Amino acid sequence: MAQYTLTTPLTSEDTKKLKAGDTVLLNGVIYTARDAAHKRLVELIEKGEELPFDIKGSVIYFVGPTPPKPGDPIGSAGPTTSYRMDSYSPTMLKHGSKGMIGKGKRSQEVKDACIKYDGIYFGATGGAGALLGKKITSAEVIAYPELGPEAVRKITVKDFPVTVINDTYGNDLYEMGRKEYEVK
Amino acid sequence: MREIEFDDIVKAVRDIIVHCGTDLPQDTYDALKEAMEKEKSPVSKEVIRQILENADIAKEEKRPLCQDTGLAVFFVKVGEDVKVKGGLLKDAINKGTEQGYKDAYLRASTCEPFSRANLKDTVGYNLPAIIHFDLVEGDKIDIEYAAKGGGSENVSRAKVFPPAAGKEGIINYVKEVISDAGGNPCPPITVGVGIGGTFEKAVISSKHALFRDIGSKNPDPELDEMEQTILEEINKLGIGAMGMGGTKTALAVHIEANPCHIASLPVSVNVQCHSSRHTHITI
Repeated sequence: MAQYTLTTPLTSEDTKKLKAGDTVLLNGVIYTARDAAHKRLVELIEKGEELPFDIKGSVIYFVGPTPPKPGDPIGSAGPTTSYRMDSYSPTMLKHGSKGMIGKGKRSQEVKDACIKYDGIYFGATGGAGALLGKKITSAEVIAYPELGPEAVRKITVKDFPVTVINDTYGNDLYEMGRKEYEVK
Repeated sequence: MREIEFDDIVKAVRDIIVHCGTDLPQDTYDALKEAMEKEKSPVSKEVIRQILENADIAKEEKRPLCQDTGLAVFFVKVGEDVKVKGGLLKDAINKGTEQGYKDAYLRASTCEPFSRANLKDTVGYNLPAIIHFDLVEGDKIDIEYAAKGGGSENVSRAKVFPPAAGKEGIINYVKEVISDAGGNPCPPITVGVGIGGTFEKAVISSKHALFRDIGSKNPDPELDEMEQTILEEINKLGIGAMGMGGTKTALAVHIEANPCHIASLPVSVNVQCHSSRHTHITI
């Protein structure tokens, strides 16, 4: 299991070197979106309209942060459960997004889309919101402010720790890890 | 008849919410530390290390442990010889909840079920709280509180079995629920099991079981043995911390059992994530 430091936007060259179980420190700009924002983003794509950010090489973080304390860019910001985005993620990957950060298992359709479009599903430690929030150095709502915690935010991260769950070769860390430690 | 001021209850509730949002209870912290030491998978070990580091940061800098600061759930035992002066007990608990969530910069997560509109500006900030009342002897008010996140709640289930299912049926059902849940409820988890009663009694018992301190022993020897058996079985599943594979999927199994109808065996499984934010006060 290798360790990498990567800067967004990600390219196929970046994602193809990653294998399930590798750990990555992410740097640069990423975008936040949960259920309600994904629904709107995919609707825009289907209508052929412009998205509020450049989707090419983008990494999407499934998170609904707590409100920031005065002087902080963001509050606690750990991942939410990813399966709720399963119906939207293949479209996002098809249109150039290269990475997703969340927690929990994904559907076969998402895993297939990772293979087809060189996408990576990263897992971040759920419930480590204080630690992960501190890796975010700036945050700005760029779309759907009415969604509150679910608004789309452009955030800058520094050495944001993630683990590769689904790689571009069809591997799944959840299945591999469980198989290794399961006692029949 | 003892009188308690409305505002004193508001303040007490506000304080436990602020405290629980940022300060992981000692029982949970100790159980996670032990799990980290015993975990065989290096990946899961690292995840638990991050969870403990997160708890240290949250405590020191007064930051929410998790962005999912939960719905506020209360079990309240009200003494028959106590009266709240200046308002209703339920209103005081809701007011304290709102103040605590606002003061600690916790997230307002309540929404309307269909439109999904957030209720912070209409009903109140993270309101309504979920409150279970009980009437007891005495002149005190006993409040148990937990912040209940969505990820672990989403994998919880209940089923009414025929009596023939017995202990074996219950154990297999709990295993099945936890196996299907995988990493989604943020393991290492606590598993609350409610057995018997009616359908809703089993569900409420499984919730209440999560309020017990991790590491405490069930006073009923039969249930204690069953808790240990289920815990061992769950930890054989290999799910590990955050589902990444490992030997410490659950920190504890807590069971509450009730007498039930001769025709039924209700069983409920309620899961709590590793950020088991819970406390208990008596006013």
